[in-house]
Amino acid sequence: MELFVNQILAGISTGAIYACMALAVVMIYQAIDHLNFAQGEMAMFSTFISWQLMQWGVPYWWAFLLTIAISFAGGILIERLLFKPLAKAPVLTNVAGFIALFAIVNSVAGLIWDFTIKQYPTPFGSSPFLGSQLISTHQAGMIGVTLLMLVGLYLFFQFTRIGLAMRAAAALPESARLVGINTSWMIALGWGMASAIGAVAGILIAPVVFLEPNMMGGVLVYGFAAAVLGGLTSPLGAVVGGFLMGVFENLAGTYIPAVGNELKLPIALALIIIVLVFKPAGLFGRAIVKRV
Amino acid sequence: MSAAAEDAVTEAPAVEAVPKRAMTLGTGTSLAILAALLIAPLFVKNFIAFQMTMVMIYGIAVLALNILTGGSGQFSLGQSAFYALGAYTSAVLMENANVNYALTLPIAGLVSFGAGYLFGKPALRLSGIYLALATFALAVAMPQFLKLHFFESWTGGVQGLVVMKPDAPFGLPLSQDKWLYYFTLAITVAIYIGSINLLRSRSGRAFMSIRDNEIAASAMGVDVAKYKTLAFGVSAGITGIAGGLSAIVVAFVAPDSYTINLAISLFLGMVVGGVGWLPGSFVGAAFIIFVPNIAESISKGLSGAVFGVLLFIVIFLVPHGARQVAIAAQLLMGKLRK
Repeated sequence: MELFVNQILAGISTGAIYACMALAVVMIYQAIDHLNFAQGEMAMFSTFISWQLMQWGVPYWWAFLLTIAISFAGGILIERLLFKPLAKAPVLTNVAGFIALFAIVNSVAGLIWDFTIKQYPTPFGSSPFLGSQLISTHQAGMIGVTLLMLVGLYLFFQFTRIGLAMRAAAALPESARLVGINTSWMIALGWGMASAIGAVAGILIAPVVFLEPNMMGGVLVYGFAAAVLGGLTSPLGAVVGGFLMGVFENLAGTYIPAVGNELKLPIALALIIIVLVFKPAGLFGRAIVKRV
Repeated sequence: MSAAAEDAVTEAPAVEAVPKRAMTLGTGTSLAILAALLIAPLFVKNFIAFQMTMVMIYGIAVLALNILTGGSGQFSLGQSAFYALGAYTSAVLMENANVNYALTLPIAGLVSFGAGYLFGKPALRLSGIYLALATFALAVAMPQFLKLHFFESWTGGVQGLVVMKPDAPFGLPLSQDKWLYYFTLAITVAIYIGSINLLRSRSGRAFMSIRDNEIAASAMGVDVAKYKTLAFGVSAGITGIAGGLSAIVVAFVAPDSYTINLAISLFLGMVVGGVGWLPGSFVGAAFIIFVPNIAESISKGLSGAVFGVLLFIVIFLVPHGARQVAIAAQLLMGKLRK
């Protein structure tokens, strides 16, 4: 029983990582209707920026805020320069663009900061949380920040004018334009926010997986999977999906004898396919109705 | 019903509609290229012949993806899984059952066809980005399955399998690489002609009607489920043959040769070659084989960035890939003649 509780808690704390990433994925999917394959690399690059700021002597929380601001601006810049011209292009072209962006960001980060693994500090410390051996304060902090971010996003989208405008632009661009919303800038804003959320996710994950240009490879796959599991149209679903993924992965690794560490990922992905077959829109997503 | 949940079919389709005549080259051009390919090995070194063979093999795999995406409008990021399946089928048959290498190819194709057809069944419920993700999962899982201890006596586990490279038969005075070049060329031509005929057939028209408008296609009596799974199966089968060929030519298979990176390369090859333009598959294959090397020679540390920038240049300047270049060249030729 103790093993079981242990594994669930461990699952929840890794799930928090996936939840962060899934949230960033869903944000950008909401804004532009595409899955951004370069999302993880953008988050990695942001994390490196914050690391560099700290190396220059900026205190943690200032570096944190500055990085979010830089990432936000960077996200908008990438959208304006590279992806706005592709807005009318077929999906395939966009996907190729994301892959190109992935290659560029990964390679540039490797050139600037090289591929050695770096330690990354945590503001929460890594002592046991509330006297429990099961979960460290950093993991608890990570879960806390993820939930805070989710609540913040919910409030933003439900109760601010600009949040409403963004939702309108994503749902029905033509009608949104007719009522005077600048849909093109709403998309840019979506990119900026997704990039900022990715930066937060990267900063939270870095103490766990260590900082290096390939740190996001595995995490992004889980982030996608979590987003699809929860439904690509629902930020709450993305977070729940992230936690579910973490728990399921840990339990499968512990209790199914043939699985072990090697097959953790395929098993998690098999779960996604099963969910998609029975509920194509994900657990919390809204089914899309086709009008002829 | 809330307005947000609507997705009007009048939106731009995921894949641009390509008329079937625009999918191929003219007969004269095709024969000229074939003739050039036939005499080329006589003038080049073995290594170049090997690289040209690899271009053809990747070209077949890209072609297979093109039938799926350009033909029936379905995505796949999982082609590497079928490629691996074909490669392993060939290698295991050659090494463990002593089957002649040429005979392993049809078996590799059949096994992959079966796997693709079966995978196409659940994938029927998915479309667009969800399908891309499901196939992506398949590609990620494949190397892990190949490493399983359970299969290790056949597959060699993490180490992989070394395969004997075949000599030229009938005492032909050709090196192994050049013989394999001609062997691959023959199969490539056969698959190319077969694919063109497939797309011109009744089934091909059914694929394209599904690509252009699924609802209209089903209203016209096209069995959407049947043709979608069939497209998946055919595409996987051809990819499997390409995989089998690669096992013979490279003379080595290992799980880590068939990661998601391979699937992404094949996908890029299709975009660069032009979606729905079959000859472009081979241009795209050349791109994914040679451009990383060129990028490396420009800058070692920045090879990924150079590759990415080149890809962006292709996307921005020629969004329809090699097809657009070919059409522009054709127009230019027409003008010059006048």
